[in-house]
Amino acid sequence: MDLRLLVQIAVIGFTFFMLINASALLVLAERKVMGFMQQRYGPYLVGPHGALQPLADILKLLFKEELRPKGADKWLFTLAPVLSVTAAFAAFATVPWGAETTLFGLLDEPVKLGVADVNVGLLVIFAITSMGVYGIVLAGWSSNSKYSLFGGLRASAQMISYELSYATSLAAVVLLGGSLSVREIVDAQQGTWLGIINHWWIFVQPLGFMVYAIAGVAETNRAPFDFPEAEQELVAGYNTEYSSVRFALFPQAEYINMATMSAVATDLYFGGWHGLLPFYTPLDPLIERYGLGWAAFLAKVSGFLFFYIWMRWTLPRYRYDQLMGFGWKFLLPVSVVNLLVTAAVWLYFNA
Amino acid sequence: MPEALIFYVFSGLAIVASALVIGQRNPMYSVLLLVLSLAAMAGLFVQLDAPFVALALMIVYAGAIMVLFLFVVMLLNAPQEDALTWDRAHPLRHPVVTRFGTVLALVLIVELAYALMRGNDLAQPVGSRASGDLVSSVRELGRVLFTDYMFAFEATSVLILVAMVGAVLMARREGEQS
Repeated sequence: MDLRLLVQIAVIGFTFFMLINASALLVLAERKVMGFMQQRYGPYLVGPHGALQPLADILKLLFKEELRPKGADKWLFTLAPVLSVTAAFAAFATVPWGAETTLFGLLDEPVKLGVADVNVGLLVIFAITSMGVYGIVLAGWSSNSKYSLFGGLRASAQMISYELSYATSLAAVVLLGGSLSVREIVDAQQGTWLGIINHWWIFVQPLGFMVYAIAGVAETNRAPFDFPEAEQELVAGYNTEYSSVRFALFPQAEYINMATMSAVATDLYFGGWHGLLPFYTPLDPLIERYGLGWAAFLAKVSGFLFFYIWMRWTLPRYRYDQLMGFGWKFLLPVSVVNLLVTAAVWLYFNA
Repeated sequence: MPEALIFYVFSGLAIVASALVIGQRNPMYSVLLLVLSLAAMAGLFVQLDAPFVALALMIVYAGAIMVLFLFVVMLLNAPQEDALTWDRAHPLRHPVVTRFGTVLALVLIVELAYALMRGNDLAQPVGSRASGDLVSSVRELGRVLFTDYMFAFEATSVLILVAMVGAVLMARREGEQS
């Protein structure tokens, strides 16, 4: 067996493992941050400072009884959570999370850190995230409950509306990077301007990033856009009728989607593994030399995830019609204008 | 060998799923089977070295249009089709309509057969005909669309615009009546 192949398989396994852990860690982080923001401790009893709380949560969910409402569609009710978690995992497949490495000279040829490097990688991410809506819609429909149905309907309407602005804002980055491969877009952000500011697309595309961030939150159904599960109106939305492991898969998919969104934002707008802070620091050459790009990547992704949680516990929920109006009448025109201006400026400088 | 196996799996899946779309009584299942069929077709496009077409199929059809279908089915809460009542009353059972449909289907079959007989480069993968390697296939596609096939591209966009205007008009008229 080829050593390089083994390492590549290990990298893939590690990515999968990290995604599973990400969902557990995010549950803990969310509760701790929420506690901090509400001036209390958050989970504190299980393990040191409540560090083992996710494990306890998982065990609790595993030992609960699985209920299926009478009149629910047997097949789709089971398929829905599986579909949503599968889409969440699969979407990370073409997200690279580190530069090429030889593992300190262990290998002759470098391996790429990331599951797969496809030359239409960005489209793959986009296609698979748009599959995620099926899980939620089917969960809503198959439960045979009005609350669930409304949750599912809202989810599908919301995700279709925001996908447009999301894709249009990404198109501007594709234009700048000159490729649909995420790895090539990341590598196009290497270096600095005037030796001070890192060559990240966020500084060229501030508007595009704003649209991406907002649409990304709406795509993952997180607060302040969490209508599919608005408690005051819909009990728990699409997952009202779910219990036990089937229920656990929905939040897991949500947290993994958050991680994917943050990772894509880091790759496309924040230079991926190039540079740790927006401006040049003496640390940057060290990171490049010792192949610690993945650590910088992880740090940036964590920052994003913190931002997600911060936002959830700060902003109140939108009203549903306002959300749709905002998506179609503000976000989409802004992203289209952004794309047109980007294309024109790019053509002017590269003609 | 594995390539051929994957091809047969995908094409088998596409055919069986498409057949079941028509065979299903439950409209919800029909929509989902259509998604499965589209996904299998996307797999076939990947095998033909046309990853962009595969992903466009997934994003546009499976990701957006089929979700809208699902949306409509859920909103109407469409009941399971009952074969007995459907057969008698449905306007599509009118003999003139049925014959017209049959002729159209025959024309389609003849057209397809003609196209397949005439095409002499069917054995070639799609991507290999474009200049350069696969990386440029998206770029090549864009270039060809906006130069050689400019007219067809623009005509399609006008067609879609007309369809959109028609849909808006119909939706508005229905709203005024109620």
